Amino acid sequence: MASGVKPRVKAPKKASAGEVVTIKTLISHKMESGQRKDSSGNVIPRSIINRFTCDFNGENVIDVVLAPAISTNPYFEFDATIPEAGDLKFTWYDDDGDVYEETKSVAVG
Amino acid sequence: MKFKAMTAVAALLFAPAAFAGGADDDTLIVNGDIEMTTKAPAPAHLDGALDEIISGWHFRSDETQQLQTDDFENQGMIFVDQAMDIWDTAEGSEGKACSDCHADPADSMAGVAATYPKWNEDAGELRTVQMQVNDCRVNRMGADAWKYDATDAVSMEAMIASHSRGMPVDVAIDGPVAEAWEKGKEIYYTRYGQLELACASCHEENYGNYIRADHLSQGQINGFPTYRLKNAKLNGAHSRFKGCIRDTRAETFSPGSDEFIALELYVKSRGNGLSVEGPSVRN
Repeated sequence: MASGVKPRVKAPKKASAGEVVTIKTLISHKMESGQRKDSSGNVIPRSIINRFTCDFNGENVIDVVLAPAISTNPYFEFDATIPEAGDLKFTWYDDDGDVYEETKSVAVG
Repeated sequence: MKFKAMTAVAALLFAPAAFAGGADDDTLIVNGDIEMTTKAPAPAHLDGALDEIISGWHFRSDETQQLQTDDFENQGMIFVDQAMDIWDTAEGSEGKACSDCHADPADSMAGVAATYPKWNEDAGELRTVQMQVNDCRVNRMGADAWKYDATDAVSMEAMIASHSRGMPVDVAIDGPVAEAWEKGKEIYYTRYGQLELACASCHEENYGNYIRADHLSQGQINGFPTYRLKNAKLNGAHSRFKGCIRDTRAETFSPGSDEFIALELYVKSRGNGLSVEGPSVRN
């Protein structure tokens, strides 16, 4: 596991049915591009988050492919419609095979 | 014809100066809760130099400013989180963590960043936050001292500063620290390097103007450690001093040196009255 990786999500705990809410996500990750060399001239291997998804009650909300030029600690902000109460599930996929997950419950009322 | 072309070039060169504005009039409120004092009357010792002291926040673009208004978007807070993990981790021969003595930093560290650098009576020296942390690490925890402005050290400083946000900077400049303060003042007004620039050349005489593409601020350090977008990490005040002096094409002092400790005290005292903002976000 890449060191210091910690996903964070800011989503409302409550929404009215059909409301469009703003969701913010941030994952601390070094996003090593694979283009840099260390002090002795060897290429530092690529190590990035290559995919990010958000699902609501199993239905996909957003699915993003990340490329090496994206800077450290990638931040995503997007809107989603909340039709009913349920869980937002966020998943980040690391180059080294690790998967980081975070879930936020949204109540409707 | 040639003259006309030259005039056109000259007009282009001077164009940025025409756009150069001073500080804007926005208000900084963090998390919709902590209201910051980002402009204040200058402290008495700046009589004749500045009338008003202004946080560097005012000199940045709206987009950059906004990042500091919410802890979720302020990437400096990532490092604050990491420092919180270190705070609770036992290290060294004594098997102690910061939290064993200081419990919750929200209580024990509140107000600390506002008064440092500060005279330590027992040690008989002027200490920065990082020096105080290292003293704890070495003498109470039996752990290794952090290198000055190393990632962990700056993160810890930022975490400590975050619990003083909104409180006015209030460093003492008299008594036992008077000598260091005078030394810092001398460094501030000394021209260094091949470009022969003193801190004051840019940050006192030309704040609000552009130096090439950079909008000069007053060089206040109430927002340090600062998360800079250009290098995507926290930057300590000493590293920033070093960068500035390097840019004058001079040999610089080292982070943690007596010169920079004195300069930190002096520069911080120029911001007496502004709110502690660390970790702030700048470009």
